[in-house]
Parts: sequence; structure tokens; C-alpha cells
Amino acid sequence: MAERLLDVQGLKVRFATEDGVVNAVDGVDFELDRGRVLGIVGESGCGKSVTAMTILGLTRGTNARFEGEVSYKGRDLLTMSEAALREVRGNEIAMIFQDPMSSLNPVYRVGDQIVEAITTHENVSKHVAKRRAIDLLRQVGIPRPEARVEDFPHQFSGGMRQRAMIAMGLANNPDILIADEPTTALDVTIQAQIIELIDKLKDDFNSAVILITHDLGVVADIADEIVVMYAGRVVERASKRELFYDPQMPYTWGLLGSIPRLDRPKPERLHSITGAPPSLINLPRGCKFRPRCPHALEKCFEEPRLEARVEDPKHLDRCWLVVDEKRSLREKTIAGEVAA
Amino acid sequence: MSTNGAPLVEVVHVKKYFPIKKGVLGREVARVHAVDDVSFSVTEGETLGLVGESGCGKSTLGRTIVRLLEPTAGDIRFRGTSISGLGARALRPLRREMQMVFQDPYASLNPRKRVGSIIGGPMKIHGVGDKGDRKQRVQELLETVGLSPEHYNRFPHEFSGGQRQRIGVARALALRPKLVVADEPVSALDVSVQAQVINLLDELQDEFHLTYIFIAHDLGVVRHVSDRIAVMYLGKLVELSPAEELYQRPIMPYTEALLSAVPIPDPDLSEQRERIVLQGDVPSPIDPPSGCRFHPRCRYMTEICREVEPPLTDYGNDHFAACHHPLNVDAETLKRVQASDELSPRSADEDATPVDPGKRRSQPVPRIPDSR
Repeated sequence: MAERLLDVQGLKVRFATEDGVVNAVDGVDFELDRGRVLGIVGESGCGKSVTAMTILGLTRGTNARFEGEVSYKGRDLLTMSEAALREVRGNEIAMIFQDPMSSLNPVYRVGDQIVEAITTHENVSKHVAKRRAIDLLRQVGIPRPEARVEDFPHQFSGGMRQRAMIAMGLANNPDILIADEPTTALDVTIQAQIIELIDKLKDDFNSAVILITHDLGVVADIADEIVVMYAGRVVERASKRELFYDPQMPYTWGLLGSIPRLDRPKPERLHSITGAPPSLINLPRGCKFRPRCPHALEKCFEEPRLEARVEDPKHLDRCWLVVDEKRSLREKTIAGEVAA
Repeated sequence: MSTNGAPLVEVVHVKKYFPIKKGVLGREVARVHAVDDVSFSVTEGETLGLVGESGCGKSTLGRTIVRLLEPTAGDIRFRGTSISGLGARALRPLRREMQMVFQDPYASLNPRKRVGSIIGGPMKIHGVGDKGDRKQRVQELLETVGLSPEHYNRFPHEFSGGQRQRIGVARALALRPKLVVADEPVSALDVSVQAQVINLLDELQDEFHLTYIFIAHDLGVVRHVSDRIAVMYLGKLVELSPAEELYQRPIMPYTEALLSAVPIPDPDLSEQRERIVLQGDVPSPIDPPSGCRFHPRCRYMTEICREVEPPLTDYGNDHFAACHHPLNVDAETLKRVQASDELSPRSADEDATPVDPGKRRSQPVPRIPDSR
């Protein structure tokens, strides 16, 4: 049994705003073991980034309220003091952000930014830290790292900047690397490089990875387990194979169907999820996906619990439909044959 | 998608170089070869997908076609008339016929203007109707793109990314253009919203008989919308093919690599297939590699690739590719093929048609049987 690194139970995050209380995260549970990759998938505004930022204590503020538990190696990160959290952040749990353009400081050399990440948590000389920075840049595949360490971010291409961000994230050999949409701003070819790199480095550094994305295609290769989020909740959670080959939640079908697939004959129209995610201030009654669901029933006005409904006890979902019925409806829905 | 055969747009040996100037005198010290001798035509009613990595010149080419940029050399013809030398005044009536949808729905709408004046803007500039007519037309357009007429008085910040892109599409359609150049119209959107916008563009094409040039780096999206696909690399057109054929039978190794990078949401298939991960980034277009520009990253590279620029070779069935070691082509076919006079860059060696087939079969996109 691999070491349990992170245990998130019943996490709720609320923000008080002028317009009302935003239920950004409303009941999220997952666990993460060393060496594993967890994919968190959902549309913009489903709470996936807020979940990740809350793990690192980046959502703390006077208007934020938390419930539940985020336990990292037995210590609760939600109640930890800011000083103690600073020791964890960047050192034991590191984060890579979506936009490498705006997450690197344009007026400092790339190398100096990595050096800073190292010396913040470790008492080493600048000289040693710089050698480490060069090694890290080499490990993430930057050619001629001895020279490039002196470059400014604008001298790097988008893919190289994301590599530099990863180098910075790995600088202190963290247990957990959280990557929030690490490839969204990149070309497909560079995306493939970065995903492969994250997968390789996870083994080299013996870490665990949380990969956040809106595109199920991105996690098809490297995730071990996938959590699908909608309106601040986990609506489906399963191993990768279960999720791709036996998805239970109509929302997951929608996400799968929206991807234009090269491995299948071209459909007349792409399946798309109609409408937009609900406002987190004023959530619909019952199942949160009901207003957009092509298969909604009367019963859906009552919210289903996240529980195992198929043979695999680790495959959880929130949908009232009978499993057999779902399996017969699913292919048609994904293929876009069911009018939403 | 009906095509009646007449080319709407012809791109003839178009080059677009950007000078790099230095010193007080602004002396030109180098040039960015953004688009370097590209030729193709787009038939009325069809969708041409233009793909390639960042920095390959696809956006520059798109902007040059609608004359937001002036070509350095070569000619652009719209309905048979040359538009490359025209001045601003002469271009004005043509602007109604060609419109653009931009990538970033956050940056391409003026945050201080209401939706009504954003979409009505083009009509006002071109003096279409009076105020009342325009308002009515804008409200119709809002409905056409799946928004509501009540959105007329709202500001862009009140909309989500997908909705903003719909506003951008409505603005492009306001003057009932013939040609719409869509530059990465969905790459800033969530996959679920991407699908909505792609379906919308599809419907609008039928409704308004539009011709699209669809620029994107995602071959999955491009396959879905395109009739034909042009692949660009470092300013050159390297492959041009009917859409389905490109996916079944890529000829240029660069296309093979691009296809193999598209994620497939099926763990087993994804694991089985060969991933060709291109090393490094696209080289600098200031000083592009000699010979075939793809050679430094190509796994089939030989001596000739370094020295001789391959011509665009006609493989029949409207499929053109520029490569010394073509994939999915047998030795028999190779004997028959020749360089395309019209499309091949003038700098290419016409006699350098390939004689040596590369790896024989390559199917970077695994296919599962339809029955599944």
C-alpha cells in the first residue's frame, strides 16, 4: 500500500460577496497516494481550481469560510497557521499555474526565480542553488541550461516557460505537485511534451500529481483516478478505465462527447452540453446538473448522493438513472444522437 | 456543404516578411519570414482548415488574406480580382465581404461598448440602414447566434467566454460576408463550450452560405469543421489535402507528428498508439533551416532534406505534400507523381520530387471499428 499523502474529506469553501454567498466548493472528497496521478476535470467555474488553491491555503481571506478537512500526512492544512503553511507551500506541495506568461516575473531572470524558490525553503548558498537550478532546467528538457538560466522569461517560448514553471515547482522535491491546466495555453505538440514530462518527473521525484483540466483527453494517458466536478461537487469519481469505459454521469458523457475525436467516424454534429453551468450563488434544486441534463426525471429534483451504483465499489456517481438504462442511453448521448 | 467549384479566394505565391530594424537609421538587419511563398485557393462554400504550431505563420496568412496586412510579394485574388495592391478606399467595399473572428473573446470586444454597438458597428461604418433598422438587425443576429435580443444593451463583461465568442461571430456576420476567417475561434474555450461554438459555426455556414478559413492548432477541431486542410510549418505550406484523407493517410512526417499529438480520450487506444513527440520548439523564422524546414525535428531526415527544398508534389485526389520521404505512398505511385506548378514555392527544386518512400504505412490516428 502506497503512502497516503493527502486526504480531503467534506471540503466546502464559501465566499461572501456583495451579490451573496458563493458556494465555490460544496462537498469534495478524495485521497491521493504517493506515486499516483489524480485528474480533476470540469468546466470553468466548477470549483476545481478553488479546491486546489484551498489545499495550499491560497483562498484564505476574511470573506472565505471553510468546512471539512484537508489532511496532508495527518496534518490539517485548513486549520494550520499561516507560518506553518508557508513551510508546506512550495516545499512539500507545489503548484504549477495555467498561464506561464503571467506566473513568471518578467523582470527577473528565470534562473534567479528558481534559485529563490530553493533558498526560501533550504539553507543553501546561492551558488549551490544555482547549480541545482541548472540541473532542474536540464531535467525538464531545456537545452543548454547553463546559458538559459541567465535568460529572462520573454526569451523563452510558451512551452519552455511552462517547463521552467515545472522546474520551479520541483525545486524542493515536493511530495505533491498540483498542475492547474498546465497545457491549456499550449499547442497540441507542446501539450504532449509537457504531459509526458510530468509523468516522467513524477517517477523521478517520487511525487504524486493532481492534474486539473477541462479536457478529458489530457488525463486519458496519465491519470490513475479521475474526479469529475460540477457546481462545486464531485459528481463522478472512478479509476481512469472505469470512467472512460463505463461513465455513469450524464455530465461526464457530455464532456466526453464534446471532444472532437480522431479515432471515430466524424459525427454530423458534436454533442454539446446545452446552456451554461449554474450560478454558484443560486444553485438549482436537486441534482445540480438537472437543468442541462437530457435525461432528467421528476426524481432529479431531489439530490442524489455520491455513492457506488455499479459493480466496482470505488466507482461513485450522483445520478438517479438505473445503471442498465444509463448504459443503453450513453453511447447515443455521447454520439450526439440524443437532442439535449 | 455545397461547393460550386469557383474559387472565392486565391492565394498566389504570397510572402509576408516583417523587417527587423536596428539603429538610429532604422536599417533593416533581418527579416521574419512569417509566410514564405504559399499558394492555394478556397472554393465558395467550403471550409479550409489551416493548421500548424504557434509561429508557423497561419495567423499572419489569415490576416493577409483579409488584407489586414499587406503581402510582401505575391497576389491575393478575391472572386478573380487582385486585391493585394488595393488602397484603403478601394478595399472598403471588399471589407463587407470578408470578416474575421478572433481568438481571444476577452481582448477582441471593446469593454466600454455595449453589445448593440459592437455588433452594429460594422453596419454603421458601411452605412447600412438607419438606426432603427440596425437595431432590429442586431437583435436578429443575437438570436441567430444563440443569444437573446435583450442582451442588446449589455456590456461584454456580463458574458461568459462562450457567449462572448458568439458576440464576435455575430459581429462578423453583420454585413453578410462571403468569407469568414476564423483565427483560433475556440481555443480559448472549455471543451464543452467549444462544441457549442463549432456547431454554431456549422449551422451558420449552411444558413448564410459562408466560406470559412478556419485557423487552429487542434487537429481534432479542424477535422470536424473542414472540407480540406492545409498544414503549415515555418511559413511554408507543407501539406494540403481533403480532410478525411489527411487523417487516414498523412504524407508529410510533420502532419504525422501533429496527428499523433492529439489526445485520444480512450486510455487503451491511447496507450497502444505510437506517440511521436516532436523535440524542441519551432525554429526561428528569422533564419529558417535550409532545405526542408522541418528537417531538424524530423525522424526520417537524410542528407537531401538538409540541402534541397522539396516541392509541393501532387499525389492525386487533391492531395499535395512537400517531402523527400513521403509516408503512405508506394514506390509505384512515386514514379508517377510530379511537382505542382501552381502551388509549389518558386524556391523549391521542381525536379526534386521524392524517389524514396519513407516508412511505408503510418496511421498516427488509431481507429476503432464503427460498431463499438
